[in-house]
Amino acid sequence: MLSFKSTEIFRLGVRSLLVHPGRSILTMLGILFGVTAVIATLAVVRGIGEKMKEEVRRMGATNIIVEAVKPAQSESTTQSDTSGGMAVSYGLTYQDAERIRSSLPSAEVVVPARRIPVTARFLTRRTRAEVLGTVPWYEETYGIRAARGRWLTPLDQHKIDNVCVLGAGIARKLFPRTNPLGRSLWLGRFAYRVVGVVEERGKASGAGGEEADYDRTIYIPLTAAKHRFGETLMDRSAGTRSFEICELHEITVKVARAEQVRPAARIIGGLLERFHDPDKKDWAVRVPLERLEALERTQWLFAILGVSIAAISLVVGGIGIMNIMLATVTERTREIGIRRALGAKRKDIISQFLVETIVLSGAGGALGVPVGVLFAVVIPQLLTKAATMLGVGGEAALSALSRTVVTPGAVILALGTSLVVGVASGVYPAYRAAQMDPIKALRHE
Amino acid sequence: MSLARLIDLTKTYRMSAEVTVEALRGVNLTVEEGDYLAVMGPSGSGKSTLLNLIGCLDRPSGGRYVLGGEDVSRLSDSALSEVRGRRIGFVFQSFNLIPQLTALDNIEVPLFYQGMHRRQRRRRAAHLADSVGLGGRARHRPTELSGGEQQRVAIARALANDPLILLADEPTGNLDSRTGSDILDLFDALADRGRTLIVVTHDPQVGERTHRVVRMADGKVAGGEG
Repeated sequence: MLSFKSTEIFRLGVRSLLVHPGRSILTMLGILFGVTAVIATLAVVRGIGEKMKEEVRRMGATNIIVEAVKPAQSESTTQSDTSGGMAVSYGLTYQDAERIRSSLPSAEVVVPARRIPVTARFLTRRTRAEVLGTVPWYEETYGIRAARGRWLTPLDQHKIDNVCVLGAGIARKLFPRTNPLGRSLWLGRFAYRVVGVVEERGKASGAGGEEADYDRTIYIPLTAAKHRFGETLMDRSAGTRSFEICELHEITVKVARAEQVRPAARIIGGLLERFHDPDKKDWAVRVPLERLEALERTQWLFAILGVSIAAISLVVGGIGIMNIMLATVTERTREIGIRRALGAKRKDIISQFLVETIVLSGAGGALGVPVGVLFAVVIPQLLTKAATMLGVGGEAALSALSRTVVTPGAVILALGTSLVVGVASGVYPAYRAAQMDPIKALRHE
Repeated sequence: MSLARLIDLTKTYRMSAEVTVEALRGVNLTVEEGDYLAVMGPSGSGKSTLLNLIGCLDRPSGGRYVLGGEDVSRLSDSALSEVRGRRIGFVFQSFNLIPQLTALDNIEVPLFYQGMHRRQRRRRAAHLADSVGLGGRARHRPTELSGGEQQRVAIARALANDPLILLADEPTGNLDSRTGSDILDLFDALADRGRTLIVVTHDPQVGERTHRVVRMADGKVAGGEG
């Protein structure tokens, strides 16, 4: 009997709502936009998270990255003499790479790399670039692909050839209209022949917070980097000259399985601790896997924050429902009196009004889902368009917003919250209706 | 056994800490099955209060009210609703139909709260509409019906659950004399068929038709018999 009665009460609720269709639709809109906001916010947060995770994954979830860290600047300035600067020797060595390779059985590949800031020049065009001297297997370790031409080969390495592969950004900058393949460009004082251009890679933030812009990177054989550019780098930027001596800036170690990452990182840390000056910590171990896990946690945090803010609009929608229902209850006082006289119990009156708010919020929620999904699809397009029109927003920010992901969980959450809001906002008006004295209600004009 | 017995029934309204109003001061009344009873008296005599108590819309402050063998004077709100729904049929001066429902839907309302199924309800409502002479107007909304028709709907609704007592509160008060007497004819016909009716009224015409008149004054039964 209860279930039979509940479908009847549902029918009754819908009918009462249809008495004032305009009012019901407006009330529903409050919930609709609340649900839209929750779904769209979650989609954006999720999209950014996915983008960031993808970036970390590109660094390789099974990779361990050891970086050279330049000792604090203050130390070198206090020790600097009048001869116009001093040489700082730091960083990783070929020996380190060899030690890691020989003492870490789980290491599948060890990829040493060296970074040299240069000015790249082709004819009259010039740009700041970073030369990355590395080995042929860097390519598969980092999963990058040559968009045109080829990647560095063992033969290039062996012959110490002056060949280079350009990052996508550099290629665009120096060769806007010409095919760079086969052309020679100047990297500092040395001429290099372009053999390939890699796909877009984007940016990645390093351990020290500085950004490595992979699209502005020029890849050359490590042997060539060592022979042409040497181990000493001169920095003339601050007016004074300073030298730094650093054999390797980066050693990437790839292990086979994710479980091996943490133990391997510990072993590498121990190894480096033993052979490097303990007072001068000039290296750091970076584990992308850990960043991935950290990202997952922060993404949760942002999702909760975003949803809390979006939920405010749901609460506002709920207040709208409560407002209308209180007015409705007053307006229908007489009807309540009649129903009570004809045998309706308090709980019948409560369920009658509660069903109305649940129908309102449920319908608002159900319509809010497609609108929210639509928003999630349209937002990135609109944002990109607006940003390019106004000329604001960094490339990174735009690319982070370029994707939104709607998950079933988000939809369920939004719908569930809207129903909770519907019940919560209906309880008080329904209770007021049920508490009315039938005699007074019958006399109400 | 009598259908309804009111024994020393009192009702006191507390207006504030000091002021209390004694609306009923010990009413004794017995209603037998098939009674056709008019309750008359000046306003403020306690007519309405008596009606509310008989109709189980309110509980007495003192005394006992036995309806159909059951003492209903101390029942809970929920139980009292149940009694109203099953045993009492109300007819009001201002009809009190639910405006957004059609005549048939209005007749169905008491059946709905008794848990009758939809199809059964429909059938019974249509039958009742016919029996009060509503004819083809049953699918209209109250605003599309004349006063007389609205009161017929209300009577059909009051009869829906086959109540022990049909309670009417100034049923002709909002009708012209012709329509009013039509409605009273309907009441007479119901009484003839053995239905128990209590009509609260100012109208001396009503008193002439009923079998019995109970006169109220100052919260007590003043005349007629108790």
